[in-house]
Amino acid sequence: MSLEPETLKSLVRAAAEQVIASAPELTALDQAIGDGDHGANMKRGFEAVLGKLDSITTQPLDEAFKTIGKTLVMTVGGAAGPLYGSFFMAVGDALRSKRLPDDLADIFGSGVGAVSARGRSQAGEKTMLDVLFPVLETLKTEAARLDLIERVRATASEAVARTVPMQATKGRASFLGARSVGHIDPGARSSCVLLHAVCDTLQAQQ
Amino acid sequence: MNDMVGIVIVSHSKDIAKGTADMVRQMVGSEVKLAFCGGDPDGGLGTNVSLIIDAINNAWSPKGVAVLVDLGGAETNSEMAVEMLQPERRNLVIVCNAPIVEGAVMAATEAAGGSSLDQVRAVAEELSAS
Repeated sequence: MSLEPETLKSLVRAAAEQVIASAPELTALDQAIGDGDHGANMKRGFEAVLGKLDSITTQPLDEAFKTIGKTLVMTVGGAAGPLYGSFFMAVGDALRSKRLPDDLADIFGSGVGAVSARGRSQAGEKTMLDVLFPVLETLKTEAARLDLIERVRATASEAVARTVPMQATKGRASFLGARSVGHIDPGARSSCVLLHAVCDTLQAQQ
Repeated sequence: MNDMVGIVIVSHSKDIAKGTADMVRQMVGSEVKLAFCGGDPDGGLGTNVSLIIDAINNAWSPKGVAVLVDLGGAETNSEMAVEMLQPERRNLVIVCNAPIVEGAVMAATEAAGGSSLDQVRAVAEELSAS
């Protein structure tokens, strides 16, 4: 997997378009256990990223990821802004010293670590980390598999489903206590949408 | 010598942020350095990192700035805003773990007396311990 400007452009465009298309679903999920703004917030953030797509993809890869992160921080509006923003900014930092594809798990792990630090959250608290940690594990342990992309896609889907029985202990949903059980976590779902968009794009280019 | 810690109020609602600032002004006076913001980038309920950065810079004092927030996203976005300040300012801003209205009034009262940033924070955060 190389990451030429054109590939980066198609990845970012697909991820943004899929999140924007999922906004009604994310909003519905967030209305069940949050404050109902996740869809609109993610849509606003990724529309801003799409608006900068041409300039983003002329930057060096590390700067491109940092620009995406800063754009999300400045435009999303909810807690998802700093969380996703920190992910992309940390990935940008990691790309200064690490290389794709060999260091993919390390680079992704830097992003996941930044989300965990920003949210002061761990696995099992019914958040986006409950998708990001399992996907990181797949990237680490199954890197050599020819069907890695398919494995990442499946891991993300399974991880979203596993948030349903979880009780939220972080984020707005934690106010609901036991009533947060029985619902998909909106942040886990938006992470899955982004990851699936990346998987789809990479598979289409193979 | 006469510097006071600045106070920043960050709510999801611009009305709450403004109302809290009005209470601080009335109860503590106009000499405290005070800035507030609320609302997401489209003007709906939420918080906005760039407005928070502006508010911190507007309330800036060499003694530092105490930030009072309401719900989770305001805290996360405020912490993000602090990290995006000029490097020499980052260590002089504290996001307090305190209720927004009472915290802002108590912090501003303490700040008006010329206390340090740590003292201002301690007074605001006592409110959460009880």
